[in-house]
Amino acid sequence: MLDLNPRDWSSQPAYIDSGYRSTALRGPTRPLIPLKPALAALDGPVFGHEMIGALDGDLTRNGQRNGAPLGERIIVTGRLLDEDKRPVPGALIEIWQANAAGRYIHKVDQHPAPLDPNFFGGGRCLTDSEGRYRFLTIKPGAYPWGNHPNAWRPNHIHFSVFGRQFATRLVTQMYFPGDPLLTFDPIYNSSPENVRTRMVSSFSLDVTEEGFALGFVFDIVLRGTHSSVWEKA
Amino acid sequence: MSTRGKLGQTPSQTVGPYFAYGLTPQQYGYDFASIVTPCMAGPEVEGTHIHIAGCVFDGAAKPVNDAMIELWQADATGRYPGTDGVNNRFTGFGRCGTNADGGFFFDTIKPGIARPDDAPFINVTVMMRGLLLHAFTRIYFSDEVKANAHDPVLALVPAGRRSTLIADHHAAGKYRFDIHMQGPQETVFFDL
Ligand SMILES: [Fe+2]
Repeated sequence: MLDLNPRDWSSQPAYIDSGYRSTALRGPTRPLIPLKPALAALDGPVFGHEMIGALDGDLTRNGQRNGAPLGERIIVTGRLLDEDKRPVPGALIEIWQANAAGRYIHKVDQHPAPLDPNFFGGGRCLTDSEGRYRFLTIKPGAYPWGNHPNAWRPNHIHFSVFGRQFATRLVTQMYFPGDPLLTFDPIYNSSPENVRTRMVSSFSLDVTEEGFALGFVFDIVLRGTHSSVWEKA
Repeated sequence: MSTRGKLGQTPSQTVGPYFAYGLTPQQYGYDFASIVTPCMAGPEVEGTHIHIAGCVFDGAAKPVNDAMIELWQADATGRYPGTDGVNNRFTGFGRCGTNADGGFFFDTIKPGIARPDDAPFINVTVMMRGLLLHAFTRIYFSDEVKANAHDPVLALVPAGRRSTLIADHHAAGKYRFDIHMQGPQETVFFDL
């Protein structure tokens, strides 16, 4: 019998973060009630290849109307692993992001930067047998937000991930190496200092395709499992 | 816990305000197929068909219009889809973004129970702008008083807070389940 390792709270942000204003009224204030592994153990939903469209992983093509989207083409790839470096195959990864100008297609986004008629900004794929995923997209632009004066979000791609268990659910954001805005971003900095860089992708010349697209690698690590045999001893 | 030789868990971040076109596109009229919707059970699925609706409220009791709720539940026999031998068209998984009034709904079936001591329940994941780490809760049912009384998870919850986990059966086949992020009625959230 395998039990899921606990959430590593030293790797997670606090629910209420003084730098990120919206957390003040939205983060739970009472202690979470812990469930014993036996009560919490539960496999999560399973997703099949038939749910994924042919262009779902190619954001440079899945929103085209009359041409190619503007911006730098990038490849974003990596592996979904557990803490013991075991790949998580067949997992659903969904992404969404701003266009090259820093504008989301979302109806609520009123940032006065242009929409791109050929860029939608949403994609998804399933990890392969080695836990690998791959998206072709456009490098997202930075955008301003109302959290504090002159607040700008660093370039980022939103990730939604399902592991094998219900409790391995993860929603996170992938950042880009060397971004000067990271220092000033309360959302990035809501993560403990020693673990923030886990959300920063690395540039890879190996993934980069000559004459076509820059490559970035972002590995995602979910909770692992351990044997529960000792509990019976 | 020793972390030697282990990889570090990736930190969580907020889902932000702009998830709708990526995660719940059809619901908001975007031209992208949703792979999961609030309509979890078509008429062909066996079981008691139910409608669950509610609102998400913040600490000022204002509705949250950019939250996303996911449900994951057993079928009418108490078995989760994907388990060996479960072969029907019920996926057990649903997702709904809140509307301008903070409202969400799901059309599903009432789950069965896997273990005799359990009360029927639905696993819930809550995400929103301003929530840096998703929150797990559960939906139990107000018309299961006897079963709720011996459910091992409800037993872990202080009696005064249990009602935050119980959907109100207010009409035939209809339940109301509100989620309060803070305040005197703050919903019970679990660490799984
Ligand atoms: Fe964003």
